[in-house]
Amino acid sequence: MEEKIRSLLAEFKTIASHPEQAVADHLAQTGKGAIGMMPIYAPEELVHATGFLPVGLWGGSRPVAKARTYLPPFACSIMQQVMELECEGVYDGLAAVVFSVPCDTLKCMSQKWKGTSPVLVFTHPQNRGLEAANRFLEREYAILQEKLETITGVKITNAALENSIRIYNENRAAMRAFSALAAQYPQVISAVDRHAVFKARLFLEKSRHTAMVRELMEAVRASEPQPWTGKRVVVTGILLEPDGLLELFDRLGLAIAADDLAQESRQVRVDVPDGDEAPLYRLARVWQNLYGCSVATDTKKQRGPMLLDMVRKTGADAVVVAMMKFCDPEEWDYPIYFKQLEAQGVPNLMIEVDQEASAFEQVHTRLQSLVETL
Amino acid sequence: MSEKMPQEMSSKELLAYYQAKLDEEARQAKANGKLVCWSASVAPPELCVAMDIAMVYPETHAAGIGARKGAMDMLEVADRMGYSVDCCSYGRVNMGYMELLKQEAMTGKTPEVLANSPAARVPLPDLVITCNNICNTLLKWYENLAAELNIPCIVIDVPFNHTMPVSEHAKEYIADEFRNAISQLEVICGRPFDYEKFHQVRRQTQRSIAQWNRIAAMSRYKPSPLNGFDLFNYMALVVCARSRDYAEITFKKFADELEEKYKKGEFAFKGAEKNRVTWEGIAVWPYLGHTFKSLKNQGTIMTGSAYPNMWDLSYDAEDESLHSMAEAYTRTYINTCLDNKVAVLRRIMEQGQCDGVVYHLNRSCKLMSFLNVETAEKIQAQNGLPYVSFDGDQTDPRNFAPAQYDTRVQALGEMMESAAGGQA
Repeated sequence: MEEKIRSLLAEFKTIASHPEQAVADHLAQTGKGAIGMMPIYAPEELVHATGFLPVGLWGGSRPVAKARTYLPPFACSIMQQVMELECEGVYDGLAAVVFSVPCDTLKCMSQKWKGTSPVLVFTHPQNRGLEAANRFLEREYAILQEKLETITGVKITNAALENSIRIYNENRAAMRAFSALAAQYPQVISAVDRHAVFKARLFLEKSRHTAMVRELMEAVRASEPQPWTGKRVVVTGILLEPDGLLELFDRLGLAIAADDLAQESRQVRVDVPDGDEAPLYRLARVWQNLYGCSVATDTKKQRGPMLLDMVRKTGADAVVVAMMKFCDPEEWDYPIYFKQLEAQGVPNLMIEVDQEASAFEQVHTRLQSLVETL
Repeated sequence: MSEKMPQEMSSKELLAYYQAKLDEEARQAKANGKLVCWSASVAPPELCVAMDIAMVYPETHAAGIGARKGAMDMLEVADRMGYSVDCCSYGRVNMGYMELLKQEAMTGKTPEVLANSPAARVPLPDLVITCNNICNTLLKWYENLAAELNIPCIVIDVPFNHTMPVSEHAKEYIADEFRNAISQLEVICGRPFDYEKFHQVRRQTQRSIAQWNRIAAMSRYKPSPLNGFDLFNYMALVVCARSRDYAEITFKKFADELEEKYKKGEFAFKGAEKNRVTWEGIAVWPYLGHTFKSLKNQGTIMTGSAYPNMWDLSYDAEDESLHSMAEAYTRTYINTCLDNKVAVLRRIMEQGQCDGVVYHLNRSCKLMSFLNVETAEKIQAQNGLPYVSFDGDQTDPRNFAPAQYDTRVQALGEMMESAAGGQA
């Protein structure tokens, strides 16, 4: 069984680190290309229903050079990476790029694509409690649907869309279960492994990904969970990369009890609701139901209480804030939930995330200090 | 303050008079138990003014603190609260100021930093209203104000117009938000919404905007009777009082004065106007004088800026569907696609007969910075006019270097002169 786990995790890692191969495999198997999905949220089900492969564009870890011409240094790390990859032509094989614009940086990025693929922009409404917002977003999705149909030459039927919704809801449920399982088995699934399973999700057709995740979970469950002698943390932020950063968690015995990362659990937090309404409308409702994310307006500021709840439910020892460098929506959330964590006596530490980083001594020292205080 | 009656005042006196009066009204409202609302600068004031709520505008307030060299104290308070220096400096100044007011309210003692601040004293809000037509930071900032003070937050979300013209479904959504805000206000105020006054306020807003546009239009003359930097000062009233007659009275006076000057052959730079620029971006408030003088010293007058022009909120006040008002509040040029942004700026350059552009790469404003390269390139491809960019910040004085600015605007001056020489 251990062999099985090792080989599955290796497979996840390969997929996570070679999206171009996933795209090539999909083309070979289906004859259909890929469509880029810019962070943070998009109705991926629509793309899936065309048979094209939705591919998450969440940056990389290159030295930033060409992007400097088009972005000042105070643009966030992930968009510097995306811009660098655009300039390098890495994305030019994509049939299109789907762009949401829930922050000011993404609004600008949507207007300055340097690659050759057509860019399909849509806007999320931010007065999310209103029914009018659902109707607005449904219309935005309908326009996006038309554009996708034109580009792919595939008519997106309601039946196909319902099928994609089912596949995505299953995948989200599987990933929520996986996250809980990984917390129980940190000796088996390291922080680096856990991330690879989530990251592979961005590049693999979702029913295949679900099958792999289920297979992995079954193999892991075959043995009893062992007592964990290290500490357990909830991580929050946009993403926790590169692997060098995650390796610190493993080295210091910090298990990920749960994550509130935009790249990981926020993607699977909310399902497309069941109901008699048309699928496009129900897809729009996902945005209304989303919570705890800095780019989804929340005048009640529920992120702090949500993090406290996660700490309580998982028995985590601390919260680690993975602050994306120069991400102002995340930076605006921080002072509010920081105060709430402090008020409840929850130890917490903010570390800076820069995808370009290759040296982590400083973060290592800070994480180590955290461990020592716990 | 002079003892003159408003009708005897110059526009400059009116500007100071009404700014002080607005702050005083807010303080009085608070003292008398009436509601005070803090508002984003391009959020619709029509709804709150119709309900007789006193309005305070944190961006203008922060800019004033910056211009009076008081920003650093507030920024340090925000820093201690955990706000990264990456967050907008208006927002940080305001969160710092809010924190000091909150401490004062809780302890009954005025913190020393607040007592010594050159900031105009404004009261804490009972509610806030925000609108993201100039940035999504205003959503985050106002979320935080509402959370810190445990007060209601009215959101008018205007979705980014990735395609122009503004879509019908966007107008429908925004008009629905207006109606929702009305019902929120009825609950907050504990009385029915005053629809008749709302109608009158919309009409007033249009009269104020018409006079505002009259001022901006004066820069079409060459030489210009209007010094474009004056718009940065008068902007305070288009932000804070466009739904009141204070703005209309002041702007009408100023426009009349400018017309009179023009008729007499009096120009802003006397005979020294050599060339004309568009200013793209927010002013550098702590260095407003410096940024102006460096241009003036070389005979460069600013005759166009899309920034004050953002308050050209012309709409049909008789349109009860509120679609026209919705359209006005969402079409802000920085809330639209690049092609439209470029078209707006080009029109401003043409109207102001500008010879070049100064781009402010603003450390505080991602939305007004990250498309500067593309905007500049597209505009230059269309009209061939030179441009420069400088690094700055609207209210954090640490992010502006006068020497770099001077070098850049001098270079622009030379490029404009050589272009003019080439044409001659």
